[in-house]
Amino acid sequence: MAALDTAVQTRRRGGGALTVLTWFIGLLFFFPVFWMVLTAFKRETDAATDPPKLFFEPTLEQFGNLFDAGAGTYFLNSLFATTVSTLLVLLLAVPAAYALAIRPVKRTKDVLFFFISTKMLPVVAVIVPIYVIAGQIGALDNVWMLIVLYTAMNLPIAVWMMRSFLQEVPTEVLEAAQMDGATLRQNITQVMLPMVAPGLAATALICVIFAWNEFFFAVNLTASQAATVPLFLVGFMTSEGLYWAQLSAAATLASLPVVLAGWAAQKQLVRGLSMGAIK
Amino acid sequence: MRARRIRIAAGLGAVALTTACAGAGSLTSGSSDATTIVVAIVSNPQMTDAISLSDQFTEEHPNINVDFVSLPENESRAKITASVATGGGEFDVVMVSNYETSMWAENGWLVNLQPYADATENYDTEDFLEPVRESLSYEGDMYSVPFYGESSFLVYRKDIFDEAGLTMPEQPTWQEVRDRAAAVEQARPDMDGICLRGLAGWGENLAPLNTVINTFGGRWFDQDWNAQLDSPEVREAVEFYVDLVQEHGQEGAATTGFAECATRYGQGRTAMWYDATSMVNVVESPDDSVTAGLNGYAQAPVVETEASGWLYTWSLAIPSTTEHADEAWEFISWMTDKEYAHTVAEAYGWERVPPGARQSTYEIPEYAEVAEAYAEPTLQAIRNANQDTTMTRPVPYEGIQFLAIPEFQDLGTRVGQQISAAIAGQISVEEALEQSQNYAETVGESYQQEEGE
Repeated sequence: MAALDTAVQTRRRGGGALTVLTWFIGLLFFFPVFWMVLTAFKRETDAATDPPKLFFEPTLEQFGNLFDAGAGTYFLNSLFATTVSTLLVLLLAVPAAYALAIRPVKRTKDVLFFFISTKMLPVVAVIVPIYVIAGQIGALDNVWMLIVLYTAMNLPIAVWMMRSFLQEVPTEVLEAAQMDGATLRQNITQVMLPMVAPGLAATALICVIFAWNEFFFAVNLTASQAATVPLFLVGFMTSEGLYWAQLSAAATLASLPVVLAGWAAQKQLVRGLSMGAIK
Repeated sequence: MRARRIRIAAGLGAVALTTACAGAGSLTSGSSDATTIVVAIVSNPQMTDAISLSDQFTEEHPNINVDFVSLPENESRAKITASVATGGGEFDVVMVSNYETSMWAENGWLVNLQPYADATENYDTEDFLEPVRESLSYEGDMYSVPFYGESSFLVYRKDIFDEAGLTMPEQPTWQEVRDRAAAVEQARPDMDGICLRGLAGWGENLAPLNTVINTFGGRWFDQDWNAQLDSPEVREAVEFYVDLVQEHGQEGAATTGFAECATRYGQGRTAMWYDATSMVNVVESPDDSVTAGLNGYAQAPVVETEASGWLYTWSLAIPSTTEHADEAWEFISWMTDKEYAHTVAEAYGWERVPPGARQSTYEIPEYAEVAEAYAEPTLQAIRNANQDTTMTRPVPYEGIQFLAIPEFQDLGTRVGQQISAAIAGQISVEEALEQSQNYAETVGESYQQEEGE
């Protein structure tokens, strides 16, 4: 009995230590975000102090400046490029993943490898040809150019993710639906998709995050018309003056849509991301 | 379930509708009969002011819309260079510096602005400070016009110096500066003697360091493009700089650039700072600095030369790919003419006027009053900023704190990294210069081959 008690206590103590560790790691990861939001409410001089200031007189001045700086166009461009490219990705990735997961052919592995191999070349290595081509077809500073690139950029990941989710779907269910006379399209849209909805949400969110945060293509291929939010952010950085508070305010505003999207899809996400683990 | 599907469908429909509205790639539209010019600009404070003031320009010129692309120095330089060099044609006006102007003019990438300037009433290019004007000219014609210009000088805390019974000569030598750094640290142990840039980069630590190399009698290349970075003069200069910043400089010097020094000096944690004359925007601003009104200014410290300041200017140019050169010039002339100083002053006050471009700015009584402490030192530093006064021997390249050759962006950054490592104490000055010499030799050889052909 005494031995059992000790074991329980040890386990409890172990569990307690683990909880503390989890909290510590969680806070460690959250701290930069907290600091960013905090800095957004500082004046520039408060933001640049060393040692850093935790207590200060908060101000909304930085957020006010953002709206004067014309954030609207950037947000509209980002929203448009992100939404359209994510929809295109899902439209292409779901059928591809269906074929690769449910009806694999002889070279399925090679096809999958080919998809992911497109991610192996660093983007910077191809930016010059892309820039020159975009220039020649008149697609510089055009939001559609970004949409095409973002779609291409996210498609391999989406295919891989969706394939692993689709593999979890028992083929018996699909066969049963077929027996009941469901067409292929009905089978995909009415039987399969509802079952993998969490996976679909997780895939979509990943695409949204990647497209929303994308900087390299945006900085090279856009100018004034199609510039996206990350460019709006760096516009506050200057080599001759203080800008941390202003940049923090802009970054806080820029990360809000993604945080909101993640929060809205939270339940689906947790199920989606742990889907492969539960058989 | 069905309700949700309908909602999703509605969502898709809404996006499709937006797609249809978005048309040919632009989500915003200006007035249809006006010409839109796109201006690529570096996001420094004075440029941001110009963007805010540009409404006045568009009111005066209803036929012209102005769109700005404002990026930090490095991104902006990379983007403008890529666009101009490949004929991308996104921009009608670009912000360049005296590093690019003559190289790009020679390549035929820029529109000659001299005829435009001469034809514009009251524009008066003779009013630009001479070294600035010359650094933006190619074969006697200006290919870009200055928005503001800067040299380098030394700022010091007058109050702290008085307290410690120290004086600063108007034109100190580097040895005198080192002595004063040591003396200040004795009097005020809570302060650093001096702040100097250590952050790697051709526009960061190499800018002040190159002026030190020049005044110690060193140079990057001799007249025949033989690399000279392992010469005794360069070694002495670099050792002096590294020792000074290690012994009397700031903590973490290897990652300190202009902005970090500005913060440290602004918070009263260092007694001297050698950097760009544009620092006055920070150190004289009561919002950004506790030192406003307490600063003294001395010319860039020297050793063997008469003067040692650098020369840098942000200027506006028109890429030759533009289809709207006339409208582009209208805008450029608005942003760089004599009136612009008054426009800025009315909106933001005289201390925000871009300095170092026009002589006439310094003749405005209100400006002279506001800038009393630093106007003359700035002017003098810029007037002296030429190779004759800041170098002991002739060199085959243009430029003081940079070499106006295309390879320098890469070469300078690599050498800057070596120096930064030496400042951090990871390698010795000897090793840093040996490696730098190797880099420089590669570049020198390509010029020797070119000249041999």
